[in-house]
Amino acid sequence: MAALCESFTLCGLGPSGGVGLGGGLLALEPGPDPDHVLLTDRGRTATLFKVSDQKPLGGWSVKHGQIITCPVVCNFETHEYIAVHDDKVLRIWKNKDINLDKVFKATLSADVYRVHSLPNGGPVVLFKGGGVRTLDVLLEAPQQEIENIISDEVIKWSEAFTEGQQPVLIFATEKHHHISLTDSNDSVYKVLIPLQQNTEEEEQILSKSLLLNLSVSGSVLKGTSFVVVDKDHIAVLGSLAASGEESKECLTIWNTKFQTLQTSKELPLGTSGQLWCYEEKFFFTHGKVLTVIMYKCETSSLAAAVGKLKDSQTPDVSSFVNWNTLGDEELVVSFQSQQSVALKSESKMTLRSKRNTVAEVQPDTLSVGQLLLNLKDASTSVFEDELRQLVSTAQMPDFQATIGCVITALINRCKTNPKYYPRNFLLHIVQTRDLSYSLCPDLMAVALEKKDVHLLQICLQQFPDIPEEITYACLKVFLSISEAYLQRIDVNLESVICYIDIELNNKEVKTEIVENGFNAELEQDMRDTKITKETHRTADGEFCPVGPQKAALLNAVLHSAYSETFLLPHLKNLPAQQAVLFLRYLYYLHVKCSEKINTTLPGIRSPTINQVMDWMCLLLDAHFTVMVMLPEAKELLSNLHKFVRAQVRFYSELNKIEASLQELQRLHHQKDPQTYSIEVLELI
Amino acid sequence: TLLQIGCEDGSVKLFQVVPGGIQFERNLDRRKGRILCLSWHPSETHIAAGSIDALRVFDVSSGQTVQRIMVNYHVQKVQRECIVWSIAFLSSGTVVTSDSFGRVQFWDWERGTLLESHTVSTSAVLSLAVSEKEDSIVVGTSTGATYQFQLLPVKMGSLEKRWVRTKPFQHHTHDVRAVAHSSTALISGGLDAQLVIRPLMEKMQKKGYDAVLRKFTFPHRCLVSCARKARLLLFQFSQYLELWRLGSTDETGKDGEVLPLCRMPEHLVQLKSKGPEHIYCSCVSLCGSWIAYSTASRFHLYRVQYEGDSVSIKKVPKLPKLLLPAYQLQFSSDSSSLFVASARGSVHVLQLLEPGGCKHLHTFQPPSGSPEAVYLLASSADGHWVAAVGGDWAIHVYNLKCFKHHCTVPMYSCAVTALAIHPVTNNLVIAYSDQQLFEFSIPKKQYTAWSRTVQNCGLHKAWLERDSPITHIAFNPKNPSHILLHDIYMFCVLDKSLPLPDNSALLMNQSTLKQLPETARQRQLHAFKICKKFQPLLFADLLDENCLVMVERPIMDIKTQLPLPIQRKKFGT
Repeated sequence: MAALCESFTLCGLGPSGGVGLGGGLLALEPGPDPDHVLLTDRGRTATLFKVSDQKPLGGWSVKHGQIITCPVVCNFETHEYIAVHDDKVLRIWKNKDINLDKVFKATLSADVYRVHSLPNGGPVVLFKGGGVRTLDVLLEAPQQEIENIISDEVIKWSEAFTEGQQPVLIFATEKHHHISLTDSNDSVYKVLIPLQQNTEEEEQILSKSLLLNLSVSGSVLKGTSFVVVDKDHIAVLGSLAASGEESKECLTIWNTKFQTLQTSKELPLGTSGQLWCYEEKFFFTHGKVLTVIMYKCETSSLAAAVGKLKDSQTPDVSSFVNWNTLGDEELVVSFQSQQSVALKSESKMTLRSKRNTVAEVQPDTLSVGQLLLNLKDASTSVFEDELRQLVSTAQMPDFQATIGCVITALINRCKTNPKYYPRNFLLHIVQTRDLSYSLCPDLMAVALEKKDVHLLQICLQQFPDIPEEITYACLKVFLSISEAYLQRIDVNLESVICYIDIELNNKEVKTEIVENGFNAELEQDMRDTKITKETHRTADGEFCPVGPQKAALLNAVLHSAYSETFLLPHLKNLPAQQAVLFLRYLYYLHVKCSEKINTTLPGIRSPTINQVMDWMCLLLDAHFTVMVMLPEAKELLSNLHKFVRAQVRFYSELNKIEASLQELQRLHHQKDPQTYSIEVLELI
Repeated sequence: TLLQIGCEDGSVKLFQVVPGGIQFERNLDRRKGRILCLSWHPSETHIAAGSIDALRVFDVSSGQTVQRIMVNYHVQKVQRECIVWSIAFLSSGTVVTSDSFGRVQFWDWERGTLLESHTVSTSAVLSLAVSEKEDSIVVGTSTGATYQFQLLPVKMGSLEKRWVRTKPFQHHTHDVRAVAHSSTALISGGLDAQLVIRPLMEKMQKKGYDAVLRKFTFPHRCLVSCARKARLLLFQFSQYLELWRLGSTDETGKDGEVLPLCRMPEHLVQLKSKGPEHIYCSCVSLCGSWIAYSTASRFHLYRVQYEGDSVSIKKVPKLPKLLLPAYQLQFSSDSSSLFVASARGSVHVLQLLEPGGCKHLHTFQPPSGSPEAVYLLASSADGHWVAAVGGDWAIHVYNLKCFKHHCTVPMYSCAVTALAIHPVTNNLVIAYSDQQLFEFSIPKKQYTAWSRTVQNCGLHKAWLERDSPITHIAFNPKNPSHILLHDIYMFCVLDKSLPLPDNSALLMNQSTLKQLPETARQRQLHAFKICKKFQPLLFADLLDENCLVMVERPIMDIKTQLPLPIQRKKFGT
């Protein structure tokens, strides 16, 4: 969820005494240190502010008659300030300089559009003709000739950032009329620009996609400016107009994933339409002041909204598809969205990098549904290639739905052709895309059928919405598969690697592998005799009853979200031997957790003590009568009982100590103040 | 029998000690400079005197200065004057001085040479004491530290010996003004109101009472007296007395509750003693109408009258001439007479007359004629008996009806720290400094059966190991088996009707008992009901059957009134 927090005024912008003397602000740039911003007005002055103190730390003005023509920026490497006045005159100074007339000056040969300063790259100068120079290069020969890339166009907007050590500068030009990212049709679009530099000098036409429709129940937000807050949120400053009502200016935060308005703040005094965002603060003009408002933006997911989010520690489970829009009409929806994409792609933007990077026309007009229909009867290799291409290039709004369609298509093919199982392709998709169970319900069923435990593990780790029945099925498969078989498959071991000794296990299993071939059923029957051999001793003498692969798979089950009421009936069907093995493993985990004072196991995605306890209770609930009668479970239950009892006693003693200490503290406090008191004292 | 006095004007006067006083004999050779300290040579032929920048040695018989040593002779460019704070004359002829430069120096007085010099402190060394064998010296400094010097062979088995600084101790926060060296311990007294006894562990044969470091903050005597009937407390300070009326409440509550006051305590009178003398003892009568106190040379009696809220106090004129000072004062429980314990072992009985007079009634003399001062008194509630304890630890009981010596309690080898006569049984309860308790029936002139049981069974180990003496004993008039005792750290209701605890039982079992159910308690009960809630406890007394008064004197209150200690640099500050 996103929320706007408290706001305060950074400075006045009035005609008398305020920054800019009523002329307004040209720009706001980050200052040399955190919590500092650099304000440039539409006149002669730049001012450095400490935001939290709302205090100007310094101000610099050019001479009368001169005018600052682009925002003053700070060179973060040298802590110098860079200004351009009268289009061509470059000024560089430091904090201690007072008079701009006396600081470093260089007159350039061409008009500057803007100077961009990158936190770890040094400033870059963009000329009005489209030429770009780094400041260092420019200062070596200030009068060097600057090429003109755009002839009859005007730069309307530019932005610089670093992508993998490489500074990237993007600018947008305007030929005749308006084309900006906030369009007049009240929407925000997303344009993806490939950053690989093609050697061929070709034009590339970039498609844009609708990112956000700025309308809320009939009212339409006319955006004047926006900033991207994070990958799911953008903030828009604009006026909200409902039909028949007076429009209201306001600052809004939108979730682009769910297309929802998250929060808004009305600005009754009006705004100049400029919005900046640094260090979790928005800066904008409101009436005759520059207002700062802090915000909080947490990545939102439906899973979080409905309750059971898997593990709050893992940040990568954050984005999920909005499957309310999918469901049964999946295909229909995706058709529609494709149509809208096709429509939008009519308005194209020509973008050129410094080298005039080339355009490769990609008419992505064929809808996914159509494509899939076409491929239905294609050969396996053609089919897979096409899908691979579709997945890797697809950049459309309902992308998740498209992926869902792709997987459904794959699974359907698997069902019709029992020999076909594109293991690696499926793994790749599940690992790299944010999917959910409901998006591809048959995927796990097929994986269960094929006993593809690695895929099941990844699904359990990634899907937030696996039904309890499937979770149980996974558990059953994991428990039944032999250790020897697991040895040969790739399973993600990161959840167990920190607490089970893999090396020891490998040695032991090597002796196992000598057995020629295996039979899963047979293996399972022999399990009880093997457990004692395969297990590993922990520091306090407890054995890990399963190998690391199996442990990792079971951990994935422990990690998945479930509801007891729905899981319990399934769990009752678990064969007794498997239930004992699972309980043995849970007991092992419980002992392991309790070894540490913070009762947490090391490693990524390792089970928490609460998960272990919950599963242990659940398993005992489901199988108690069987367990009591099973001779091999007897010792385990007795050990478990002893261990839990010891823990209960220990914590009860701790509680007693705590209470005693509190009492002591209370007595101590009570005793202090009075010089005369009458107290009741009982002697027995 | 000779007393030497060094004066500010630089003279040393010799006095003859005669019975009842001192008699001036003569002046020794007078020189410039204050005399700050003196020491006799053990043979009494010479006197060493410490002065400013110098020490002098006098020949006692001729009165002449035979040696004058400049203590700063060896120090270059001395700006400040050096004060010799303390001096000791050893039988070997060595003079030991401690001075304001933080030095302890050893001089050969005949040659006038410096034998050894030890700088122990950056601030002054104020006090010095030598052990009887002259092989160990203790010095005290103005930073609160004490150091021991020992005369040790230079090498194992060597005959050549030197003074070596062996043990540093830091038990005080302020000036160590006085030190003493007993055969087994170093004793130091500081400006921080602490008396510290530090045992020398190498002299200790076994663990025991003597082998433990002791700190004393409060004198082992009662500084508070209580007018039970009038609910007044009289506090004795060094130069004045304060009379307070206790506050009251009209509510009751559960254990541990603090009750709201319906009347605040009220400061009624402050009685300032004239002159520089300290008040030695004081007392208020049970009805609150009489206050008496004594300094070293004067004895005062006041009649206090209460009319509504106003208090008037009138000095009783024309007191009978008594041999002073009085060491202990005690009013009879009906406030008709006052007992004065005198320095010469006698107890004077004064009759108090309304509206404010007094006459001498009788003086009890101990039958042995002991000259030891009486320091504790106890009178019976029925006005029949008075018990007096002298410096020889003998307890004499006198009959007030016929003014006769009644009996002497069998002698015990320890000092009496408190005693009181039971109001119902006339049993004399005695607490000794070794924590033993005795009960002696005055009418029967013998120890009671309970007392014999106590002696047979022995008291609990934890009780005997306490290190502060019982300073006050009181009784519950409604429950004759209850005896209230207290020391600095606890008070105890001793219930004679309950069994004595054996060493395996927990002595301080009140908190345990409170957690037990009623039925289980009965088996755990024993005679000593101890409460340590109030510390340090200056005074505890029973006002009536369910009302106790406790006076705490927080150490912090004393410390805040002390001057600032000398600042010392500590590492990291």
